[in-house]
Amino acid sequence: MEITGFGGLLTAVVFLPLAGAIIIALFVRGDRNVRVFAGALTLAELALSIIVFVQFDTGTPGYQLVDKFEDWIPVDTFPVQYFLAVDGLSAPMVLLTGLLGMVSVFASWNVRDRVREYFVWLLILQTAVMGVFTALDFFMFFLFWELELVPMFFLISIWGSGRKEYSAMKFLIFTILGGAFMLVGILALFFSTDTFDMTAMPAAIQTAGLVMPVGLIFALFFLAFAIKLPIWPLHTWLPDAHTDAPTAVSVMLAGVLLKMGGYGMIRISAGMFPEVISDVAWLIVTAGVINVLYGALVTLRQTDLKRLIAFSSVSHMGFVLIGVSSVVGVGGVVSPVGLTGASLQMFTHGTITGLLFLLVGYMYEKAHTRYIADLGGLATRMPILASALVIAGLASLGLPGTSGFVSEITVFLGTFEVWSWPTALAAFGIVLTAGYILWLLQRTLFGPQKERFADIGDATFLEAVPIAALVIAVLAVGIYPAFISDVFTAGVEPITQSIQQIARAGP
Amino acid sequence: MTNQDLYILSPELGLAGLALVLILLDLVIERKQVLPIVAVVGLAIPLGFSIALWFDLEGLGLEDSILVNTLEVDKFALFFKFLIIGVTALIVLASTDYVKRFSRFRAEYYSLVLFSAAGMMLLASAIDLITIYVALELTALPIAALAAFNRDARSAESAMKFLILSAISSAFLLYGMVMVYGFTGSTSLGDIAARLGEVGLSPETPFGSHALLFGIVLIIAGAGFKLASFPFHMWAPDVYEGSPTPITAFLSVASKAAGFAVVLRVFYMAFDIPIVSVEWSAIFAVLSALSMSVGNLIAIRQDNIKRLLAYSTIAHAGYLLVGVAAIASRSADGDSSGPSGVLFYLGGYAATNLAAFTVVIAISERIGSDAIDDFAGMAKRSPYLAGVLGFSMISLIGVPPTVGFVTKVYIFGSAVETNLEWLAIVGVINSVVSAYYYLRVVKVMYLSPAPSMEPIGPGLPLRLAVLVAFAGTAFFGLYPTPLLKLAIAAAAGLVA
Repeated sequence: MEITGFGGLLTAVVFLPLAGAIIIALFVRGDRNVRVFAGALTLAELALSIIVFVQFDTGTPGYQLVDKFEDWIPVDTFPVQYFLAVDGLSAPMVLLTGLLGMVSVFASWNVRDRVREYFVWLLILQTAVMGVFTALDFFMFFLFWELELVPMFFLISIWGSGRKEYSAMKFLIFTILGGAFMLVGILALFFSTDTFDMTAMPAAIQTAGLVMPVGLIFALFFLAFAIKLPIWPLHTWLPDAHTDAPTAVSVMLAGVLLKMGGYGMIRISAGMFPEVISDVAWLIVTAGVINVLYGALVTLRQTDLKRLIAFSSVSHMGFVLIGVSSVVGVGGVVSPVGLTGASLQMFTHGTITGLLFLLVGYMYEKAHTRYIADLGGLATRMPILASALVIAGLASLGLPGTSGFVSEITVFLGTFEVWSWPTALAAFGIVLTAGYILWLLQRTLFGPQKERFADIGDATFLEAVPIAALVIAVLAVGIYPAFISDVFTAGVEPITQSIQQIARAGP
Repeated sequence: MTNQDLYILSPELGLAGLALVLILLDLVIERKQVLPIVAVVGLAIPLGFSIALWFDLEGLGLEDSILVNTLEVDKFALFFKFLIIGVTALIVLASTDYVKRFSRFRAEYYSLVLFSAAGMMLLASAIDLITIYVALELTALPIAALAAFNRDARSAESAMKFLILSAISSAFLLYGMVMVYGFTGSTSLGDIAARLGEVGLSPETPFGSHALLFGIVLIIAGAGFKLASFPFHMWAPDVYEGSPTPITAFLSVASKAAGFAVVLRVFYMAFDIPIVSVEWSAIFAVLSALSMSVGNLIAIRQDNIKRLLAYSTIAHAGYLLVGVAAIASRSADGDSSGPSGVLFYLGGYAATNLAAFTVVIAISERIGSDAIDDFAGMAKRSPYLAGVLGFSMISLIGVPPTVGFVTKVYIFGSAVETNLEWLAIVGVINSVVSAYYYLRVVKVMYLSPAPSMEPIGPGLPLRLAVLVAFAGTAFFGLYPTPLLKLAIAAAAGLVA
């Protein structure tokens, strides 16, 4: 089936932030003007991504809103095309990126150092992430995947705190290493199938003679995603990068950059290598359980607010892995519930952890400490921040009515039948999560008021805007999950179906 | 010599003529600033002839010429002529500020650059071992003189080193050529290939025969010097550091490109027979892996920007050798993007490295230092120059949206295509290592406080050179198609 067309909508979504960055770099002068311009731009970007999400029709199978231009590099031996489109898997990720992109710009309102440069990089970062989620040509996918490195490096190393240069370099080296392996994987697929087209790839891999063992190609890709997600023991860059990054960058990093790993795992590892992923599903579920439990245990021991949330991300990303591992199926039946759960978990974790990092960032700006032992009794002084933190915390531990509950229950529902014991073990992670979240809330918000916080202020109106946006997102998914889960289900169904066909055809 | 012969040689003759005109002009004019203008504008002559040849390739009548079997004019040769003319033009522009320090010899400086460039262009066309040797010497001798132009201890050491090592490597090369000539009875690459097909090489012996083994290994050693690839790279850091910076740039881009032209010609034309090519391809693969690893690892420890770029060019010689090693007979479907990958990479690398070097020339001329730490705060002091240098560093790592990214993907692709996956993996790991030291330069410029806020203010010609090189890096990064198509067309001429 040939996919063609050029609607232009996705092109606008992907390149609007980049265009804004160029305009800021060249024309906009004055810190205030830069902020206002970037804010307006990301609001427009959010509106565009909502349009993408609304226009996406779950009833129509396959890719939609196609922007395809085949003659980008029209060389027979290297046929790269310009190809953007969304399916059920990527449409919600576009929405998430648009939302967090807006949030991160508003969260940066208090940046005072080298303001113009800062917003330029932040906007380029958003283009890169949008590109990863919408590109359907492997060359483009990889281009956007790598493009994200440069802005991240500058954002952490210039505007970060603590050991920022070390953390930035560590982040960069880890990510670029993953990307390097993925490049070999992409090239191997290209020379096996003679195409970079990701939509044609699943079928082409089945029929083509591969230049490398299929397991090796799978591993090359998987390693890149494992570093990005991250999977224990490749996670060590994450706490450093999160802790030392400025607030808005932590929001982007936790909210959408980690999801590039999960997205790649579902779209590429599961979507293109159905046999291999079924064979190694036991490994993935093991890694998932380790991530959940190890992450939660380490989180319990943290004393720095940002580091705490960073490690909780490791734990929560474990649920994505567990959801993905359900693809092995039971008795030849592969249900899409597990993969839907994994994608939902990505979405909800993006909003919840984005919110957590945002709130912690604001609290740090006001209290000038992230050290939990120094905080306490903040609830009466900053009611808006405190109640938002309670909502985010409860969502993070999976309270019904919040988005965290929806995604985790879906993961468990999809996976329990397939991997009973590991899932049960992972469910214990919820208990640990409840432990560290409630303990965190108690130590920071409640308890006796401290003298030094006597005249601390609450969130200003401008700060309340991104908080409100994310709180709404968290509650909306919690109350009416179908609007997002149906889209995800439409996206992952073709993948589970192809795995099921192979399972049936097999011995 | 007929007119046809002259036409075939016209780019080289034009360039050499231009060099002579410059020296003569120097005698009669007082305003020496005219010289670089004459040089750059004059480059339009060889460029024009090259373009004319590109369109006349069909009816050139090379068979009737006295140059038959000595020089080949094909798209491959012309690709290199374009590249070398472009690089030379930028080097001349970039030199205008620098030459002020040796004011008495400006004309000699420019004309030596042009003579060397003429040698390089001849190299790209040469298809006879003797012609190759002569062209190589024509390339190298002016550079030895140019390296000494600063006339201080450093510069003299660098020139001496270059001269002696270049002579030794030429000796290796000659010895290798003699072996090959003794075995095949011909110095013409086409004849050598034909003879190798006839003599019946024994599959048990490496390279089919011991004489050939000796000959080819020695040729690789001699050529390795030109490419500055491991283990023949020792001269590069010292020579690069001591030479005038524009000459360093010339060496690292044009000289390397000419070296690869020779390697591709000799190995793809003369030694293309599978029983031999499997062997040398393995040697090049190993040299490639070692060259990039050694170059990148040593570069980490450098604190002088010229030395850092020297080791970086050693590493890039390694990446380029990937394409040389990726011969078609290794791949499943019998074609290889190796040679086109080398040309494509050379084009992108020339733009990127010149962007880096032109900025380094501008900055170190102003601050009087090549130490990386002295580039501190350059982002504040001179945001555009720092931006270009940062961008070229990113391109050297191979991160989008730069030309370095596309060329890296393409050349590592040729390794995967020809069952050299291990080499591709070594290559990508190396590009991770290289990120560390390239980004250190960026970090110093963007994160360290500036000791002074004085702008750098390079002269107009130098600014033009920076702009052109940067534009190439950025444009081909976003739309590589023209360069890639040119490279593929040129490489097709080589294999056919």
